[in-house]
Amino acid sequence: MKAIVPWGETRLVQGNEAVALGAIAAGIDFFAGYPITPSTEIAEMLARYLPLKGKKWIQMEDEIASISALIGASLAGAKSMTATSGPGFSLMQEGLGYACMTEVPLVLVNVMRAGPSTGLPTQVSQGDVMQARWGTHGDHPCVVLVPANVRECFDLTVRAFNLSEEFRTPVILLSDEVIGHMRERVTFPQREGVHVLDRPQPVCPVEWYQHYHQTASNVSPMANYGSGYRFHVTGLTHDVHGFPTRKVDEVNAKMSRLKHKITRRLDAFEDVRAHGIKGSRVVIFAYGSVYRSALAAQEILARKRRKVGVFRPVTIWPFPDRTAKEMLDDKDVLIVPELNQGQLIHEVERMTVDSVRVVPLHRVDGYEITPEEIVAKVQEVM
Amino acid sequence: MASRLPDEYRYLRHKKRFPHVWCPGCGIGIVLGSIIRAIDSLGWELNDILMVSGIGCTSRMPVYVDFNTLHTTHGRALAFGTGAKMANPELNVMAVMGDGDALAIGGNHIIHAARRNIDITSIIVNNSNYGMTGGQFSPTTPRGMKTSTTPYGMIEPEFDICGLLAGAGAPFVARGSVYHVMELDGLIRRAFEKKGFSVVEVLSPCPTNFGRANRLGDAVAMMEHLRDSTIPIAQAAKLPPEKTKGKMVRGIFVDRDVPEYTDLYQELCDRVQAEAGA
Repeated sequence: MKAIVPWGETRLVQGNEAVALGAIAAGIDFFAGYPITPSTEIAEMLARYLPLKGKKWIQMEDEIASISALIGASLAGAKSMTATSGPGFSLMQEGLGYACMTEVPLVLVNVMRAGPSTGLPTQVSQGDVMQARWGTHGDHPCVVLVPANVRECFDLTVRAFNLSEEFRTPVILLSDEVIGHMRERVTFPQREGVHVLDRPQPVCPVEWYQHYHQTASNVSPMANYGSGYRFHVTGLTHDVHGFPTRKVDEVNAKMSRLKHKITRRLDAFEDVRAHGIKGSRVVIFAYGSVYRSALAAQEILARKRRKVGVFRPVTIWPFPDRTAKEMLDDKDVLIVPELNQGQLIHEVERMTVDSVRVVPLHRVDGYEITPEEIVAKVQEVM
Repeated sequence: MASRLPDEYRYLRHKKRFPHVWCPGCGIGIVLGSIIRAIDSLGWELNDILMVSGIGCTSRMPVYVDFNTLHTTHGRALAFGTGAKMANPELNVMAVMGDGDALAIGGNHIIHAARRNIDITSIIVNNSNYGMTGGQFSPTTPRGMKTSTTPYGMIEPEFDICGLLAGAGAPFVARGSVYHVMELDGLIRRAFEKKGFSVVEVLSPCPTNFGRANRLGDAVAMMEHLRDSTIPIAQAAKLPPEKTKGKMVRGIFVDRDVPEYTDLYQELCDRVQAEAGA
């Protein structure tokens, strides 16, 4: 049988297709989902591919069921992923919080479309940036990666699986309609060039096993249902064994572990791209599909002998505070173009010193922010 | 007859998790006893069992048993269970749910699990109300009955759990009660043995909430009511309809062989892999 991932080859590939191929490269065992534009191609491609590999695929009755099935499968040892868009993402918040609380690895792909509500189903937005961070109730860890081209759809899907397995936490791949439906020439890596991580398994005797053992890294090995390690999982706040607790010290231990497993390892998540920051008084702070317009705007301005920098967080949550601060605190102006009415800009404002002027550029009508719009905004502030 | 207590103990996390949360007179512990005796008689290994639940009094059950256990979000036990069963079809998966959990918030999941016919046993403890939140009406609260959210009496009609799930395609559907314990042991065992989506509705008293709101007497009176208000299916078949009016029928309503989902999925994989290899 031919390999599904075209290792080492060059192809014209769609963004959503690259996500599906990335999932296969990462070793996906289980996909559950519910059809929704503009993410459906991911489910469709995996429906074709996964049975060929003897892997599991199911279309559930709604998005709540999909993410719930994902958690059940992941606890039984399967690397699991789902794909959705805004309205489905809203429904998945319940399961997302459960997976954070119970420390179950899974990958959730949200191909953003314009909202609120049903909004503009076939058109682009970046309206789910804050929902990705705070959509589910309660304090919780959060990891969100944002691709800006088709190759990154592949690479970041693999990275999302790896991070979720390593840190026992859900990871969100926040794509958007433009990236998802765009076709680009992609040269795939060689198979041996793709690093794949699996969750660490316990090696202790079964009677010693603690499903939430306190380790130095705040992440403990994770047994699978059926492996002989029997354990309890609940969304109630729990002790190291997984049993419900209201004891103050145990509750605090759990909550700080959930936080610290991410915040004490920020280096593992941080991923930024910086172009021409040095010597630029003005920097465009952009992510996702808008980053493409930002790079184009930078080029147009360079031809006009205007130097601007472009700063892009690939991982938007956790927000790259330290690096962004180091690189951007001495700037005069940061322009933050977003396909929303201002979401990540609040993080930029929070992070930078008062001497930096932070200028928004919004668009919420379902169309991309063009390079020309960014150029105009730069000329306005320069 | 010899006491079964030592056997039951072997299945419990008795050193760590007891005492349990259920009120005096609650029937859920009796259902747990029946589940354990059914498992014991089948000789299942603890490692091979996954008990999933949602939210509510019944859904607290998994914490007490030494299986693989999963206490999920409200209504979603079957969705979580579906994922686990697909990922590892060797697991014996059961979902324990209350009436509100299974049929109100979980209504969509249960009809589709039945239609899909995935090999999970659903045990639905029907106590006619939401016990954990203090006795609000559920989809199985009978018309006219009082609860904290129907202070003037329930005006909505109730779900017939067995009829609903038989209609949705479940290949095994049965109803028992916590008064008829030996019968319940057998029904649950039959449900476990069924390859496919099986359902056992268990009528159970909630003296703390539903009983008190409707002045149904104490726990013993409510148990006696279960004895007097239910009738075995074989007996009901022989009686004229006016004699069975107002009685709940106990027994097996559906027992048929239908291809099971994880088997069909495996067949699909085998077929497409053979075609791709050819």
